[in-house]
Amino acid sequence: MTLLAVQGLSKSFGGLKAIDGVDLRFEQGSVHSIIGPNGAGKTSLINMLSGIYRPSAGSIALEGRELAGQPAHRFAAAGIARTFQNLQVFFNMTALENVMTGRHLRERHSLAAALLRTPALQRGEAESRRCARELLRLVGLCGQEDTRADAMPYGALKRLEIARALATEPRLLLLDEPAAGLNATEAREIDTLIQRLAQGGTTIVLVEHNMALVMEVSDHIVVLDHGRKLTEGTPEEVSSHPGVIEAYLGAAEPALQDQAEAAHA
Amino acid sequence: MPAAATVSEAPAPARAWLARPRSGGTLLLAALVALAPLALPNNYAYEIAIQVALNAVVCIGLNLLIGYAGQISLGHAGFFALGGYASAILASRYGVPVWLSLPGACAVVGLLAWLLGRPTLRLKGHPLAMATLGLGVIISIAITTEDRWTGGPDGMQVPPLVLFGLAVQGEQVWYWITGALLVATVWLALNLIDSPNGRALRALHGSEVAAQTLGIDCARFKLQVFTLSAMLAALAGALTAHYAGFITPAKATFLHSVELVIMVVFGGMASVFGAVVGAAVMTVLPQLLTALKDYEMMVFGAVLVATMVLFPQGLVPTLARWWGGRPQ
Amino acid sequence: MGAAWLQFVASGLTTGAIYALVALGFTIVFNASGAINFAQGEFVMVGGMSAATLAAAGVPLPLAILLAVAVAVIVALVIERVAIAPARHAGTVTLIIITIGVSLFLRGLAQLVWGKGVFRLPAFSGEEPIAIAGATLLPQSLWVLGGATVAVLALRYFYGRTLAGKAMLATAFNRLAAQLVGINTRAVLFASFGLAALLGAVGGVLIAPIAFTSYDAGIMLGLKGFAAAMLGGLGSFPGAVLGGLVLGLLEGLGAGFVSSAYKDAIAFVVILAVLFFLPGGFLGARSSDRV
Repeated sequence: MTLLAVQGLSKSFGGLKAIDGVDLRFEQGSVHSIIGPNGAGKTSLINMLSGIYRPSAGSIALEGRELAGQPAHRFAAAGIARTFQNLQVFFNMTALENVMTGRHLRERHSLAAALLRTPALQRGEAESRRCARELLRLVGLCGQEDTRADAMPYGALKRLEIARALATEPRLLLLDEPAAGLNATEAREIDTLIQRLAQGGTTIVLVEHNMALVMEVSDHIVVLDHGRKLTEGTPEEVSSHPGVIEAYLGAAEPALQDQAEAAHA
Repeated sequence: MPAAATVSEAPAPARAWLARPRSGGTLLLAALVALAPLALPNNYAYEIAIQVALNAVVCIGLNLLIGYAGQISLGHAGFFALGGYASAILASRYGVPVWLSLPGACAVVGLLAWLLGRPTLRLKGHPLAMATLGLGVIISIAITTEDRWTGGPDGMQVPPLVLFGLAVQGEQVWYWITGALLVATVWLALNLIDSPNGRALRALHGSEVAAQTLGIDCARFKLQVFTLSAMLAALAGALTAHYAGFITPAKATFLHSVELVIMVVFGGMASVFGAVVGAAVMTVLPQLLTALKDYEMMVFGAVLVATMVLFPQGLVPTLARWWGGRPQ
Repeated sequence: MGAAWLQFVASGLTTGAIYALVALGFTIVFNASGAINFAQGEFVMVGGMSAATLAAAGVPLPLAILLAVAVAVIVALVIERVAIAPARHAGTVTLIIITIGVSLFLRGLAQLVWGKGVFRLPAFSGEEPIAIAGATLLPQSLWVLGGATVAVLALRYFYGRTLAGKAMLATAFNRLAAQLVGINTRAVLFASFGLAALLGAVGGVLIAPIAFTSYDAGIMLGLKGFAAAMLGGLGSFPGAVLGGLVLGLLEGLGAGFVSSAYKDAIAFVVILAVLFFLPGGFLGARSSDRV
């Protein structure tokens, strides 16, 4: 069942077309990856899918409900959550508070209740704290609850952002380069986490450069190049697609190609 | 939840409860307010204490806006003065009893802040500073110019607060009123910070983009805290007016707005107690300096510069850091 | 009616030229440090007041002007060393508060030295108003416009043709990159303060014959200069000049045709209107956040 349908999506910045007429379908419960060389428009795409950028043209529909053009907080209310390539952790809060903030949509916001700290509010706080602790445990940050985010290492912060995004109880989770800047061990941990989330039924859309992770974890891959969809398919189909190889590595010069063929002959 | 180590023999849960700012800190402040009269030698000292309390109320609200929500306002004196003038005008021109004109003034200023806040808070950084500065200056000029309503540059008389048929006058009584208000404001502010609304505010300071992706309607929360801080300023302004018996446009100037921001920054951003300390120090200091008469402004400026150079994070957070990593 | 227009335009442009100089001072310091120097208005005041005192003491006018500007620049440089440089790594808010402290200090010092009285500088080339098309123009207005133009052109030459100027521009664009190519960014900040004071003091000296100057003359000038810089787009030099002229013009026309009681408010109403509709100012960059 298609969870998110994207049609004719375009984004221009002045004269620069970052995304040009992209159609996508994201199936519920699967892990989708978006790959492509730098500058292909991956982050612009994610920014539009999370409502941060307004598309220049096209539609974004979550289960048939049109979202394009709405402010970002409505995308979140509809069930789309995301992490950021350049960390956007709340450094002025502790790890627990970061994740609790993710529960915003499930909490009541009466100003009077907040000011007076009513019993109902206190119950809500206890519940949020419990959920947040649970999520920190899920991403492996148990025991870091009261650590200020600005004192945590990079790898932990990447996982913290995932926990915070999960706190919104999303239908669709967008992960923008979750393994960027991580060493092999940390990347494997993210890998395992993503697989666990996928098994739990969360629909995941992943933007990544780490090919090992992508191939390992994805049910479906979309390749972007210069703002357009180059191809899409299963990991096997995509990795052997000549256009993909060319986009990443460039076409070999004819003379060199002959030499290479001669060498292999 | 920050938990400072205490050297008490009390059982662990009680110790933890005392260590939390909301409970222990508020209790400490309440005790201070209750016991301070023992140390206040004369009416003049009471007067200063009252000023400190009222300034602290404004600063707590302003701190929520600047320190927690990460916005800026260089025009809050405008709300302070408007609160005073609104209550004074309602009471003297329209015969509204003061216990009614006080909340009335807050409501009027709150409404104005809500209306002006919507376009203003779409701005960030320097444009926001400039817009709030402009609003404050326009309010200040309007108050000075519309002398039929406000008495112009010389100000106007303000009727006293009358409760249960008795005029509330005298330093002692006002001390208790403003002291209680201060403790209540501190308690409310601390509650707010540790709530979904508070986290929304801190989130939009931490990363507005990320906050949006968590479903936080940033514009709504900015407006909420702006309006709240304006109403607190108005309340303090109105009480100041009824306590002093008169009000002048000097309360609305850019200089006064700047003084308020300095109190907040000096005491420490994102710290309710920092706001109180900042208000206290910045209110008392000029009083100590009046002895220096002609040198007052110079010395005040020099002290300000020296303090910000030495304590760039503000007084309370820097001191807290020195006392060993107590989290904010 | 035409004469009245011309009158208001002339006086508006005159004050606008001063606002432009003050705005340029803001822009220079902003580009060097990212902070707003709230003491900028005080540099204007120091320039005007020093010149007035020296002239009243019998010093020949050209020398008095030179010395006055020098005094303002020296004061600014000392302040940069003592108050700004030590805190240059602190946040922008801290720096702003420090400059506010500096402005209070200077104002207090001025009050001590000169008292609360009002001073005036004799006009540079006489007080006889010039009649043009039914409107009267003060000769000093021509000095103001001319002086401001010379200052702006000199600034352009400095930034465009001298190595020091280019180094300062580079620091404004990207401080880290400037440091990496060997530019001494500390010296740039130092020089920026001096330059801002120079421009401010020149403005103060030029306008002192027309508007009276006093120990607190810097406040409104500073605020309006800041508004002018924002109007033109904070950080943009042509923007500062444009903002200053437009602000002065609107103020002159507004005071003449709408209400002179609210003259001071006009500048701020204008800036509010612009901010609500054009937050970057006329020539400011329209940017989007990179996420």
